[in-house]
Amino acid sequence: MLKIENLTAEIDGKQILKGITLEVPAGEVHAIMGPNGSGKSTLSYVLSGREGYEITGGSATFNGIDLLAMEPEERAAAGVFLAFQYPVELPGVGNANFLRTALNALRRARGEAEVDAMQFLKLSRAKIKALQMSEDMLKRNVNVGFSGGEKKRNEVLQMALLEPKLAILDETDSGLDIDALKIVADGVNAMRGPDFSALVITHYQRLLDHITPDRVHVLMGGRIVKTGGPELALELEAEGYAKVAA
Amino acid sequence: MPAVAETIETVQSAQEGGYKFGFETKIEMEFAPKGLNEDIVRFISAKKGEPEWLLEWRLKAYAMWLKMEEPDWAAVSYPKFDYQDAYYYAAPKNKVVPKSLDEVDPELLRTYEKLGIPLREQERLQGIAVDAVFDSVSVATSYKERLGKEGIIFCSISEAVHTHPELVKQYLGSVVPQGDNYFACLNSAVFTDGSFVYIPKGVRCPMELSTYFRINAQNTGQFERTLIIAEAGSHVSYLEGCTAPQRDENQMHAAVVELVAMDDATIKYSTVQNWYPGDAEGKGGIYNFVTKRGACRGARSKISWTQVETGSAITWKYPSCILQGDDSVGEFYSVAITNNRQQADTGTKMWHIGKNTKSTIVSKGISAGRGQNTYRGLVKISPKATGARNFTQCDSLLIGDQCGAHTVPYIENRCATAKIEHEATTSRIAEDQLFYCRARGLNQEEAVGLIVNGFCREVLKELPMEFAVEAQKLLAISLEGSVG
Ligand SMILES: Nc1ncnc2c1ncn2[C@@H]1O[C@H](COP(=O)(O)OP(=O)(O)OP(=O)(O)O)[C@@H](O)[C@H]1O
Ligand SMILES: [Mg+2]
Repeated sequence: MLKIENLTAEIDGKQILKGITLEVPAGEVHAIMGPNGSGKSTLSYVLSGREGYEITGGSATFNGIDLLAMEPEERAAAGVFLAFQYPVELPGVGNANFLRTALNALRRARGEAEVDAMQFLKLSRAKIKALQMSEDMLKRNVNVGFSGGEKKRNEVLQMALLEPKLAILDETDSGLDIDALKIVADGVNAMRGPDFSALVITHYQRLLDHITPDRVHVLMGGRIVKTGGPELALELEAEGYAKVAA
Repeated sequence: MPAVAETIETVQSAQEGGYKFGFETKIEMEFAPKGLNEDIVRFISAKKGEPEWLLEWRLKAYAMWLKMEEPDWAAVSYPKFDYQDAYYYAAPKNKVVPKSLDEVDPELLRTYEKLGIPLREQERLQGIAVDAVFDSVSVATSYKERLGKEGIIFCSISEAVHTHPELVKQYLGSVVPQGDNYFACLNSAVFTDGSFVYIPKGVRCPMELSTYFRINAQNTGQFERTLIIAEAGSHVSYLEGCTAPQRDENQMHAAVVELVAMDDATIKYSTVQNWYPGDAEGKGGIYNFVTKRGACRGARSKISWTQVETGSAITWKYPSCILQGDDSVGEFYSVAITNNRQQADTGTKMWHIGKNTKSTIVSKGISAGRGQNTYRGLVKISPKATGARNFTQCDSLLIGDQCGAHTVPYIENRCATAKIEHEATTSRIAEDQLFYCRARGLNQEEAVGLIVNGFCREVLKELPMEFAVEAQKLLAISLEGSVG
């Protein structure tokens, strides 16, 4: 379970997170919605360990261990996965090589045997098929020249391969066409189970039509201002943030 | 003092991480007296039982060298090397000249195994013929017989002087004349060994040829000389690897490589240079002052240089092509890494003389720590080289803020129809790239290794398969401790 308590964080001396308290029990999927600039991505970076953020107070634990004290790669090994709002390009680095390197790094950290190129190929083919991606994507360089939608699908492919226990999806639905949205949602739903929890950051109800969240949180001005069931997202869509949060 | 005592000092293998080849082989060695003078030149020549013409050739070079000044135009700085405080000849003591590997000192065979270069043919998975040069002498050349059937000559240059004197006499110094430059001139006077390759007309060499250079003895310079001749329509791919023990003092490596390609011949020359780079404070390390040049003498001939330079305290090296034949092609693909206090000034010279000659230069410089990396290149197009084309791409990658990258491209174009393109970029490993990798579970060093390998992709893909894997690992190792 992910447990965030009164978390405050700043960047370049500017306070962005102003006391976030949030719990995602194991097996649950929670949505975070909120206006642009409210601190959603900041929260996802702080949870996954990006440099440059100063944690000024509060705590974040995952299954009882202090996330904030760990290096990003240690968090990944502990099962935390961030699907980036803006996936990063790695020129010259083949996607298959990247994915296998990542998978093996995690397996090593967990004391599991590494997979060789053949095993990886088999594994990735199955996942690629499920996501209706073309195998071509494996041969291309990581995110280089990928369309917006392809980048997002590539994030979901990574998630499917790395099998995290906690997935933070930062606007993974943005830029996806209707079919792709459904495919991505299916990808997330396929992972649901007692050992998987997710924080789904989104601006749109349409994603939540496919991934029904257990809880919906509204993040505004660096705080969770409201929490409710799936119906809260519908309310937000109809009424706008200002009214709902008032 | 018995010679062996000179080599007894035990060198502990790489403690500050990184250099995995820093061990020393304990073997009885024979040295020339320390220092450099005409007698030493005579000594080396006599040791090798050389014919009179070669001794004369060496002495002429030595006389020229005495009148030359050490060049200082490269962007490298180092305390002056004391030429009198070094040995110019060191050879494993061996009463009989080994006729086969069974006669080679087992300690030497073990050294090469430790370096991952088994010399015994049956132990090699890939069909790669190897010549191994240990300090001043070649210790073994494998697959000689098999190559001989094709008429290919692959042996040490000392051996070639005896078995094929006419070829050596014709081509030695024909691409890099004795007086070419200070270091090449020194090499011409005191070169000890190196490889000789001759590919007859129309023959495609059935395997990769490879030379493995190892500096072992202390205070010893390595001055090898390699000569490759590809007759019309022939094809050869040659690999060169180098390592040296970890030592506190600087050692000199001044090699000369000459390539000659006749009509339609192709020579592909690949180097993975991993001489000891010195420690993190810049103590010790090899001075790598190398002259490599290829002559595309024939029409449609092609010479391609690929180098991965990760080692050496100082690298001063400009593998070049003289494009004489019409439609001939020159290529230079380079990765140079400088970490800690390493300095590299490297690049190429493409001299277009024939019509429709074409050259491609791809240089990837990576600087980390306090490393300094300079690309220095010259594209020269003669008036007669109508339709000549050059494409140059120089990319620099900086890791940290105490290192430097410099690009010095010279262009001398005297032909109106020539087309020259130049692209240059300088970048840093972006924080978001590192974080992206780390968020996927790679640690900092793995992330840097991956990104750097991506940066070098265009060059690494030019290397033969087996070497490419080794080079990739080497890149990651060379950059250990460069971030964070
Ligand atoms: N390096 C920085 N320096 C100063 N302010 C920053 C920095 N990085 C982010 N911010 C600010 O922090 C605030 C929160 O940004 P964040 O990216 O978390 O918003 P978000 O909720 O994800 O928005 P969106 O819906 O547009 O993705 C914004 O006002 C942003 O401008
Ligand atoms: Mg955001």
